[in-house]
Amino acid sequence: MKQDNKAVRETPLVIETRGLERNYRLGTETVRALRGVDLEIRRNEYVAVMGPSGSGKSTLMNLIGCLDSPTSGEYRLNGQLVSGLSDDALARVRNREIGFVFQTFNLLPRSTALDNVALPLIYAGRPKAERRERAMDALASVELADRMTHRPNELSGGQRQRVAIARALVTKPSILLADEPTGNLDSKTSEDIMMLFDRLHQDGQTIVMVTHERDIAARAERVVTLLDGCIASDNLQDPLRFPTLAERSSG
Amino acid sequence: MTFGEAFRSALEMILAHKLRAFFTILGTVVGVTFLIAVITLIEGMDAYITDEFAGQIFGVNSVMVRRSPSVTISGDPEYFRELRRRPSVRFEDAEWLAERVETPGTMAISSSSGGQVDGPVGRSISGVRITGASASFFRVRSMNVEQGRAFQQQEDEAGVPVAVIGRDVADGLFEGTNPLGKTIRIQSFPYQVIGVLERQGSLFGISMDNQVIAPARSAMNGYVNPRGVLDEIIYQVPEPRLLPGAQVEIEGWMRIRNGLRPNEPNNFEVETAEASLSFWTQITQVMLVALPGLVGISLVVGGVVIMNIMLVSVTERTREIGLRKSLGARRKDILRQFVIEAGTLAGMGGLIGIGLGGALAALVAAVSPLPAQLAPWSVLLGLALGVGVGITAGAYPAYRAAGLDPIEALGHE
Ligand SMILES: Nc1ncnc2c1ncn2[C@@H]1O[C@H](COP(=O)(O)OP(=O)(O)OP(=O)(O)O)[C@@H](O)[C@H]1O
Ligand SMILES: [Mg+2]
Repeated sequence: MKQDNKAVRETPLVIETRGLERNYRLGTETVRALRGVDLEIRRNEYVAVMGPSGSGKSTLMNLIGCLDSPTSGEYRLNGQLVSGLSDDALARVRNREIGFVFQTFNLLPRSTALDNVALPLIYAGRPKAERRERAMDALASVELADRMTHRPNELSGGQRQRVAIARALVTKPSILLADEPTGNLDSKTSEDIMMLFDRLHQDGQTIVMVTHERDIAARAERVVTLLDGCIASDNLQDPLRFPTLAERSSG
Repeated sequence: MTFGEAFRSALEMILAHKLRAFFTILGTVVGVTFLIAVITLIEGMDAYITDEFAGQIFGVNSVMVRRSPSVTISGDPEYFRELRRRPSVRFEDAEWLAERVETPGTMAISSSSGGQVDGPVGRSISGVRITGASASFFRVRSMNVEQGRAFQQQEDEAGVPVAVIGRDVADGLFEGTNPLGKTIRIQSFPYQVIGVLERQGSLFGISMDNQVIAPARSAMNGYVNPRGVLDEIIYQVPEPRLLPGAQVEIEGWMRIRNGLRPNEPNNFEVETAEASLSFWTQITQVMLVALPGLVGISLVVGGVVIMNIMLVSVTERTREIGLRKSLGARRKDILRQFVIEAGTLAGMGGLIGIGLGGALAALVAAVSPLPAQLAPWSVLLGLALGVGVGITAGAYPAYRAAGLDPIEALGHE
């Protein structure tokens, strides 16, 4: 289903891929994890990526997040061709443009929540006072202002994922990528995280999220389904509206 | 991130992995410890030989005329046969030279051997260094008599049986009673004690106080060496700058004395302390290159050990590297982090090694006659080598890991 709405068409593209392929060599065999993916994502979209296990969802997310390089095809981020970038330029893109949320949180185990969140700002070359302030703000925005000095092993799974989300957001990236962000969380905690995503989206954040669960995908405006490394369907939908925490407690 | 912050985060990382840090440090510590200990001992030995030994055995600013070299490191039997064919150095040679040498200076003669000295009431000491010398010998060797007096030139020329004894001999034969005026027997010849030498200390564990000095023309003549034969003629000049001239002049006179033709080689030795010590300089040079070389190799081996530990550590931390890269760290950011960590560890190891090496050398110096002297350059060398090896060992694996795509590194378990 094509997007014909004029307003949508005029919104700038954040992500644009053309014939994106990614092969993995396993000994003599070649696994074609992605076989030519064309995908456009505009600013402030909320996209859920679905598909069976092994269909290439993570592979796609890693390419979009510049954590991996495609075997062939083009990838433009905010209009800039990523493929030809130098190592240092890529590091800069990861640092400034992309916030990546992993299924397994990937926090530094021996650092406090605050230090974990401030880490990307170190690589952004921000001074210490600013890092501290922005990391505190980011933690406050995921409702963890009171857990700043805790280390990951002193936090619950949901709290860890919120630290990871705060870390992804602290550099104000143009896109938030999340690969099964609730995959390691129970349904109650998942619900909290999804409400956080809803709110971020309402605040204007562009989000791409991989999920296996229909009811989580239902919150997005658009669902891209992968099958064997190809896009099988790409549907706009009316996102199911869930009351936010604030709405729930006030109403 | 400023350097200070990087350094602090390195310290935190080190404290967080104490065991790993310990093993990383260990390689550097062992290498640097031995490096410092060995250099310290060699340096100490060198200072000892050139300062103490040279002064005591050869005297300062002196030219020695001997039949054969005082130190021989050759093993050639033909060379030894040649030495035995040489004429002896005799009293008459000294007198003949004394009349002719023009370079200002003082001449002394001496002959020494080991032997037994008997005191009163059946006491005796063996292994005493017994020297027959001229009266000038005390001045030439800077030996002071602390009790009584040295013998005079007239006593020397007349061969009066008087003796100056070392502290050990005095203590051993007279046990605290005043030895002056008492009689001792050297090879059954009676000698009257007229002086006790100031304490000389020891060389390589051999006491220099276990000695007796008596006039060369007394019964010493014929006891220490065959009659009329000397070990050496010593000529001391008042200033070091006169030494080379004196050496050349004495060599020339001796060639005339021995009737050598111009193309014939010397059949005697003319030595100075410096020349005699050249063998030692060569030895220390070889030791300073070879021993620390060996230790240096062990340091490199230690470095390989560190490299392995760092390799394991980096492999363990490849996920961390992947994560940092995924958050925007550049390769050089990663590298800097690991270099600072490895450098800090190796620096600590180097410092510990320097401390332990110094302690080890001091211990060796305390329990053996070998002296020790901590050379500042060895401290710098040890530190530089330790840190260099540590950084190389730490940086290389990190450099490799930092080259991976973030996702590759993150997928690492
Ligand atoms: N590092 C790799 N080496 C080799 N093959 C890989 C690698 N990563 C992924 N693959 C293969 O690529 C294909 C796509 O994998 P991908 O992880 O993208 O799937 P996915 O859709 O994320 O699956 P899941 O839902 O299980 O996470 C799979 O067949 C997988 O086996
Ligand atoms: Mg996946």
